[in-house]
Amino acid sequence: MSSEIYRDKILESYRHPKNYGSIDDAQIKVKESNPLCGDDMEMHLKLDADNKVSDIKFTGRGCAISIASASMLTELVKGRSLEELRSMDKQELLQKLGIDSLQLNPVRIKCALLSLKTLKVGVVSHLGQQLSAEEVNVLENEE
Amino acid sequence: MDLTHNTLDVEQIKLDFPIFSRSILGKPITYLDSAATTQKPKTVIDAVNYFYENFNANVHRGIYKISQEATEAFESARSKIAKFINAESSSEIVFTKNATESINLVTYSWGRKNVFEQDRVVLTELEHHSNLVPWQFLSKENKCELDFIPVNKDGKLSEVHFDNIAKKNTKLLGVTQVSNVLGTINPVKEMVKIAHECDAVSLVDAAQSVPHMPVDVQDIGCDFLVFSGHKTLGPMGVGVLYGKKELLEKMDPFIYGGDMIKSVSKTESKWNDVPWKFEGGTSSVADAIGLGAAIDYLNKIGLDRIRAHEIEVTDYALKELKDVEGVDVYGPKDPNEMGGVISFNLADIHPHDLASILDEEGIAIRAGHHCAMPLMEKLDVSATARVSFYIYNSKSDVDLLIKGLRKAKQVFKL
Repeated sequence: MSSEIYRDKILESYRHPKNYGSIDDAQIKVKESNPLCGDDMEMHLKLDADNKVSDIKFTGRGCAISIASASMLTELVKGRSLEELRSMDKQELLQKLGIDSLQLNPVRIKCALLSLKTLKVGVVSHLGQQLSAEEVNVLENEE
Repeated sequence: MDLTHNTLDVEQIKLDFPIFSRSILGKPITYLDSAATTQKPKTVIDAVNYFYENFNANVHRGIYKISQEATEAFESARSKIAKFINAESSSEIVFTKNATESINLVTYSWGRKNVFEQDRVVLTELEHHSNLVPWQFLSKENKCELDFIPVNKDGKLSEVHFDNIAKKNTKLLGVTQVSNVLGTINPVKEMVKIAHECDAVSLVDAAQSVPHMPVDVQDIGCDFLVFSGHKTLGPMGVGVLYGKKELLEKMDPFIYGGDMIKSVSKTESKWNDVPWKFEGGTSSVADAIGLGAAIDYLNKIGLDRIRAHEIEVTDYALKELKDVEGVDVYGPKDPNEMGGVISFNLADIHPHDLASILDEEGIAIRAGHHCAMPLMEKLDVSATARVSFYIYNSKSDVDLLIKGLRKAKQVFKL
């Protein structure tokens, strides 16, 4: 990988993440962690009458890439429906981060995808479902 | 290797390790992660190859020549290890897969039969998960209590809490000799003595000490001691359990099957003598022989010299790290009171980001919780960066590290 990925945009989102915090009356509250490195993330989603995201906040401990990714993800998903979130392509987030998945080694791609995994786990469990093995593999960059 | 000087000739030593002839993106490998696993000298790799090419056969059973040779080499590796840690006899040396398996063996074979409700297992807050999780299993299985000797802010165990060990219902003391996170050297001899005063059994996790300093099981007086081959210049796949013979003899086997029996009828079996009673199935014979070669290599250099070298490099690293603004070092900070392991953080740069940036410079460090999550909690950090030194590291590696840290600060606009 190259340290070029630490662009201003990533550093800014790491140091001053958007939507950092919690929502007491959120319908979806979800916690995920990366057992390899001990990073963890909690996400709160508030839904409107149409089951679309009206507000989203996160808290977490992690590297610049995982925190910046969570910050950008929360910016991307406001107004989206649960179905849209479930089918959201990881490339959309990586693109927003400015990360080429070939540029970053696979372990660090997991850092970039922890936020999306947390979000999807929250969404599917709210729908009373579980992520399929294939969906998990994609999010853990093991497809 | 030049043995005429007291200090180590690191450049000469590096020539013994094939991996250091490799370069990545035009840069040599600066390996600062020996606490995770050490690199292997050619003599170790050759010993493993030699086994497979010349006398590959199963041990303890063949009448034929190469099986006898394999058995002799396997058992000779065992004697080398016994001598290396000054065990009374090689029957006190059990080959396992790694230090973790050695501790599990004690938990299953000794713990389950000796530690019950109302009994206590005393550990420390410095333990690696390998010397914690098996005892958590035991406390659920047998309802025993787990207690911990706390670690002070300076990374040393709180000696006023050593009284914790000395309670009548303490059945086991489990303590690491050198912390894999902070490098802290614990006073294991003193702690084992306290354990013995209340008739508790003691287990020393020596995974970070045996490769780096002289370790004498009789001097420590411990009942069990474990270490891993792959952290001791040896191959992955072989570990060691030292146990006092009278204890090993009283214990049940751990893995049941072939090689660990004397005779078998349809309904019953008679166990083999120690240590083979604990080595069910075919062992990792080639790896054990490789570990024997690793010990030959270490003996040739001398553990006293290795220890002195690590103190020198650690001392230099601590001083250099002090000069980098934003560096926060955890632990004792006195090279005489620690192994060659330093944990730190740099300003607001997460250790993973730091490790990625150093990786670009060919520098391998560890970032994360180092399999010691309770200790991380105590330090109030989720992760640290960790460097660890060995015989193939010199002050120039420290210089490269410092240069890398300054680059990381630039990347993070600090």
